[in-house]
Amino acid sequence: MDHSTPAVPATEKKSITLAELPAGRSARIEGLIGDAIAKRRLMALGVVRGNEIALETKAPLGDPRIYTLLGYRLSLRNDDARNILVSAV
Amino acid sequence: MTSEPTVTVGLIGNPNSGKTTIFNRLCRSNDPVGNYPRVTVSVRERTFDYEGVTFRLADLPGLYALTTQTPEESGARDYIHDERASIWVNVLDSGNLERALYLTTQLVEMGRRMVFVLNMIDEAERKQWSIDAEALSRHLGGPVIKVNGVTGQGLDRLRATLLEMSRSEQTPEPVVIDYDDHLVAAVERVSAQIRQFHPDRMTPHQVRWLAIKLLEGDDALLRREGDHASLLEMIQQERDALAAEHGGECEMLFADARYAHVHTLITTVVDRSGVVGEPLPDRTARLDGLLLHPLLGMPLFFVFLWLMFQTTFTLGEYPMGWIEAGVGWVKEMVGGWLPTGMVHDLVVEGVIAGVGGTIVFLPNIVILFFFMAMFSETGYLTRASFLMDRLMHTFGLHGKALIPLVIGFGCNVPAVMATRTIETPRARLIAILVNPFMLCAARLPVFILFAGAFFSEHAASMVFLMYLISMAMALIGSLLLNRLLPRGAPESFIMELPPYRMPTLKALTWHMWDNALNFLNKIAGVILIGSIVLWFLKEFPKEIVWSQDYAGQIERLQATPETPARQEAITQLTRQRDQEALSNSHLGRIARAAAPMFAPLELTWRDTVAILTGLMAKEVVVASYAVLYSEEREKAEESASLKKMLSSSMPPRVAFAFMVFTLLYSPCLATVAAIRREAGGWHWAGFSVVFSLGIAWSLAFGIVTVGRWLS
Repeated sequence: MDHSTPAVPATEKKSITLAELPAGRSARIEGLIGDAIAKRRLMALGVVRGNEIALETKAPLGDPRIYTLLGYRLSLRNDDARNILVSAV
Repeated sequence: MTSEPTVTVGLIGNPNSGKTTIFNRLCRSNDPVGNYPRVTVSVRERTFDYEGVTFRLADLPGLYALTTQTPEESGARDYIHDERASIWVNVLDSGNLERALYLTTQLVEMGRRMVFVLNMIDEAERKQWSIDAEALSRHLGGPVIKVNGVTGQGLDRLRATLLEMSRSEQTPEPVVIDYDDHLVAAVERVSAQIRQFHPDRMTPHQVRWLAIKLLEGDDALLRREGDHASLLEMIQQERDALAAEHGGECEMLFADARYAHVHTLITTVVDRSGVVGEPLPDRTARLDGLLLHPLLGMPLFFVFLWLMFQTTFTLGEYPMGWIEAGVGWVKEMVGGWLPTGMVHDLVVEGVIAGVGGTIVFLPNIVILFFFMAMFSETGYLTRASFLMDRLMHTFGLHGKALIPLVIGFGCNVPAVMATRTIETPRARLIAILVNPFMLCAARLPVFILFAGAFFSEHAASMVFLMYLISMAMALIGSLLLNRLLPRGAPESFIMELPPYRMPTLKALTWHMWDNALNFLNKIAGVILIGSIVLWFLKEFPKEIVWSQDYAGQIERLQATPETPARQEAITQLTRQRDQEALSNSHLGRIARAAAPMFAPLELTWRDTVAILTGLMAKEVVVASYAVLYSEEREKAEESASLKKMLSSSMPPRVAFAFMVFTLLYSPCLATVAAIRREAGGWHWAGFSVVFSLGIAWSLAFGIVTVGRWLS
């Protein structure tokens, strides 16, 4: 099957990527972009529109980072986090 | 009592939801468990009897969803799609219920007979959540049972429920998730099309489920419909249309709807009003504050590793002495009891020497596995993986490769299998190919023996150095492979970090016992046989055309008056004769054939034999030396230890080169087989052998050469 990605949804709200989220702040997930396979994994783990996500810790070199969502901890590389669009709440 | 037919039960759930713990409890088995996602990477089946009914229980690898695609996930998914079980048990992590129920929304749409297990109920209770099992049961269309897999609480109810379900044919109404109107319309259009291709073969529920899965883009099911080109075309059109209309991909629309459904469900069945005031201090957060500290985190990881190796070596020395004494006693008893002759020599110089020489390392191996169990049971391994990802990434290794690498300190075979958790095929292949460089428990005895024999002043440091070289070579190997292998798809690092959990004493002891047993099994198997075969190869053929008449010369010398010079001459002749006998034995001939390869490393024929036998299993290397030197040890004035005999056989620089060679050269047979299976073909297994041999030889040659200049 073709997993090609459609154009990034044009969001009117000012959204940033998850990688830009400052420590201790939480945000609402607005959408996912990028590689279809990674996107599917993220969705299965609860990274879907509307869920809240917060940055908990960074690894010693700033990458990867640990986020909390749905009451559990998820670790992502910054490259992955850049594919997650969020708006700060 | 007549036995009723077997009922197959499939355990499904998220990774690390405790399926294997429940599996072990029900089947009274002891398959490996751990506190990190994806301990189980292939489907395992066992049976248990309850009230006269035999249940076949299948422990499936964990899944987050039915539409994802690492190798072990597709194994579990195929098992579900093929309906290989008649009853399904969905294991849910109660402390992580919202995430866990996402998979459940996909399962309940199938309309199968299903039991829901709220596992680790204690963790939800600690969070002061009260989960209404009755209400949840109504919404999911199947019984809901609260279970604590560790204590066994609730398992009697689970057994009774399974029994009850096995006696009725009733299937539940599938749960309908409220998708939005556009999705529902698309599902109906696709359903109509499916009915055309599969008339009468499916119930309306099954048709609807298949339509949803195809629209969600389930690769496995799309492949199964590969013959129906017009259906596939239609699905692609529907997916594109939905995506265009909603500004998101089709599967995202389904995921949104499922999570919305779960969210509503959670607010209905979970009462969090019991949580009063400040939330309880989170043990995991406090521990992570220290263990993932920006400055201390990484050093702490290396301290833990150092502690593991140091303790393995130093603490192991005491029981090692006792076992050594025991072996010596057995040897004396048996040796004295057996009449002199070939049987005596075979038993004393072959069996007892080989087996006894290896068994002394049992304590080291048990201690090593204790630490490995601690790492995996507490949940620390995922943290280590997180800490090291960036650094490992620089060398082209995926952070998730850390868990297989650490497992590799125990044994490379399960370690190679554990790479299945790495999603990107290329990253996984690299993790597989560098794994044999990890110093496994089988190689540890060789280094303990050699470090003690040649570097007795710094024996512990030498063993630790071997661990450092082992880790460094895994990194360098991966750097090399990154150059060699064509670039692939971008990789990601997406990993759940479980809460820290206290390891149960039972799990710890089983982990150690299991690996001790495994080691003893090898001693009873490959090492015993290897020692016997080696002894025969060494002793035969008996008829040798001597280059000179040793017997006659010795006899003539013995007739002359006794002087120190005469004694010296006799010893000289005896040694020459023994050497000639050995080099003419089968073993000597084999070793001579391989000699050109090892001559540049300044290794003798004995070392060559040890290396060759190590291809079977690395434990045999020590057994080989024990057998090869057993005769001479007998003849030595006071029964010298193997260590002492070895220490005069080569200069330290050659001994060091040999250690490095043994560390890196070709993986043992079992690992080669695992690589073939996991990397997908003999060519990768062959590549691994040649690659590691090449690196081992070059490095050993470098050490010997540089050492020669320095000395």
